[in-house]
Amino acid sequence: MTKQIHLAAHFPGVNNTTVWSDPQAGSQIDFSSFRYLAETAERGTFDFFFLAEGLRLREVKGKIHDLDVVGRPESLTVLSALAAVTTHLGLAATVNSTFNEPYELAKRLSTLDHLSGGRAAWNVVTSWDAFTGENFRRGGYLDKADRYVRAQESLRIVRKLWNSWSEDQLVLDQAAGAFAREGAGAFADEGAHFDIRGRFGLPPSPQGRPVIIQAGDSEQGREFAASDADVIFSRHGTFEAGKTFYKDVKSRLSKYGRSEDSLKIMPAVTVVVADTDDEAIDKAAHIREQQVSGPTALVLAELLWGRDLSAYDPDGPLPAEDPVVGSSVTQGRVGYNDPFPIVAEWRAQAEAHGWSLRQTVINQQNRQTFIGSPATVAEAINHHVQEDAADGFVLVPHLTPSGLDDFVDRVVPLLRERGVFRDEYAGTTLRSNLGLQV
Amino acid sequence: MIVGLEIDGAGTDPAAWRGAEVDPRAILTGELALRAVQRAEAAGIDFVTFVDALEAPDDVPDRVSVRLDALGLAARIAPLTERIGLLPTITVTHTEPFHVQASVATLDHVSGGRGGWVADVSSSAAAAAVIGRREPAPAADTWREARYVVDVSRRLWDSWEDDAIIRDASTGRYVDRERLHYVTFTSPTFSIKGPSIVPRPPQGHPVTAVRVNTPEALEAAADAELVLLPDSSDLPTQLNALVLVSVDARPHLDGVDRLVERIEGLAAAGADGVHLRPASLELDVPVIADELLPRLRERGLVGAADRGGSLRGRLGLGRPANRYAGSER
Repeated sequence: MTKQIHLAAHFPGVNNTTVWSDPQAGSQIDFSSFRYLAETAERGTFDFFFLAEGLRLREVKGKIHDLDVVGRPESLTVLSALAAVTTHLGLAATVNSTFNEPYELAKRLSTLDHLSGGRAAWNVVTSWDAFTGENFRRGGYLDKADRYVRAQESLRIVRKLWNSWSEDQLVLDQAAGAFAREGAGAFADEGAHFDIRGRFGLPPSPQGRPVIIQAGDSEQGREFAASDADVIFSRHGTFEAGKTFYKDVKSRLSKYGRSEDSLKIMPAVTVVVADTDDEAIDKAAHIREQQVSGPTALVLAELLWGRDLSAYDPDGPLPAEDPVVGSSVTQGRVGYNDPFPIVAEWRAQAEAHGWSLRQTVINQQNRQTFIGSPATVAEAINHHVQEDAADGFVLVPHLTPSGLDDFVDRVVPLLRERGVFRDEYAGTTLRSNLGLQV
Repeated sequence: MIVGLEIDGAGTDPAAWRGAEVDPRAILTGELALRAVQRAEAAGIDFVTFVDALEAPDDVPDRVSVRLDALGLAARIAPLTERIGLLPTITVTHTEPFHVQASVATLDHVSGGRGGWVADVSSSAAAAAVIGRREPAPAADTWREARYVVDVSRRLWDSWEDDAIIRDASTGRYVDRERLHYVTFTSPTFSIKGPSIVPRPPQGHPVTAVRVNTPEALEAAADAELVLLPDSSDLPTQLNALVLVSVDARPHLDGVDRLVERIEGLAAAGADGVHLRPASLELDVPVIADELLPRLRERGLVGAADRGGSLRGRLGLGRPANRYAGSER
């Protein structure tokens, strides 16, 4: 059977994928930018629009990192506003389960689902570091091992609150004066992290339960996704890595009594489209140069090496020292658990090609996933999906807000011609458009 | 006179939802609120407040016992309006202050400078129980904490200078980090390092309102820019804020004469405005829009309906200077 492709649009974020310095780059903050990209995604009949979250500005060597985009508006508020100007597009918010309470999350996400006619999704993320905790009451007390315990319990309670009304408890009988049945929404729960009780003040939303997205890649994260998520936002965008990940996660579903199509795997990918493959290759190289300036190359190398490398010339050779594991040179982003093989690979490649540090970073990182003419890109995307390297993709454009224009105008029509992507939205809710059971 | 309007379910009358003119489902889709806000905006009303509490409304079967999150509702309405101020009620007792300020700043961004909030507390046992993190605290304590939250919110809104985003391609710097500031704020119940994750809102500081329902809230009103007083109270003279009186309004039954008279009386007594609490959004807001506002305009009590600009500008509040501008990080 031919699989149908699922697509999502990621608003450009705060790492160096986003080229803010391009003359075409617009505001990262103005609502008009969010609206433009969401409208582009809806024109392309994408499944959903995705917003990441920030809770602390990144730091390098104790100073706020100033080379990439810094700051962003709060995701649920932006998505509630976008609900007003879109009609079918799913609206996915990344919200931390460590620094929010389940009752608040359930209320805010259910509100978004009601206000959008059933288009809300929650990307459940966790945090444990004291660095982020410095902005919160609860601080960084949560042990790393405990973060998924809390996340899982948090999600379980959020779902319990969403299910706290039965369908017939919302009566709305104006003549009889019966709005709801007494006792609707009553809940109580006691777990390792929460001991709560009361009444949930929102009846079932159009989706019943908003879509759950999970992005963790660890063993714990994969199990969490297999047991609880509807969509995985993965980092395995290449064909081989994608197939391995896909097989691994899908094989975990049966033990939770779930079918393979109940969890959609959507890697984050970057796409470069031009008239011809050769032009696209040139364009992709130009974008990578924009993404990795000399100073950015040094910072990315510092993240890998875990060392202060400011004495190095980015246009010179790679640092001679060994990397350090678990350093705090870079704060507020995911580091490397095992940098040694990566450093060894960088050294080998740099030596083989005569690359400088910057050239090595440009060539070893940030390589776009799909590069080519519209036909080449459409073929590659469809190949990945039909061969079970993915169920679809989260597209991460490098330009705000116009970065998906080419894809929507030139690649989407080809996918539609092949019969592997929708011409129009079949359902009104995100859950139905993703082909998930209600 | 400043004129505000309260949005609460189908209206403040517990039976408002039962009227034949009301589709009760529209309470949950936000359409009922949207229509009221658009009518209010067209008539030149300055702002709307959205009632909320952390806990659910009382479980009374013949009343509207559901409530959308006010912040989400206000944001949903923002792109479909152009001039009216939007002030959701946000409780600060259990929600992280860092999230509160980021959300209000974002509402200001998505509304193009029309954002604000009614800062409120949760002193009830019911609110404490849905979070389960701590015992309910007396009102005096929660309001004391709320004042710290208002304070740190303003600091965090200032933690980005207006011109912090420089996009200097020649040096590769997106921000000038000398124009970003740690707030390093400590209060008895929380501390925050900063800076905010959200760049400074268009208004500098979104408008902070406090509804004075208790003596403890009156103390906190000293920090507000907009104070909403109950109808029965004497007007305080010591507040350095815009003082509005909340007035129940059901002109579809009573006509507008009495309201006009009442508002003239409030103006004479020195109130800065009136905060109307319509009994029915569907029945009373059209009368307020079509009859009351024109009458007030004839008397020179309110300005032109189509005034644009920021909410602060509309209310005659200046744009606050940034406390950190020019200082060391």
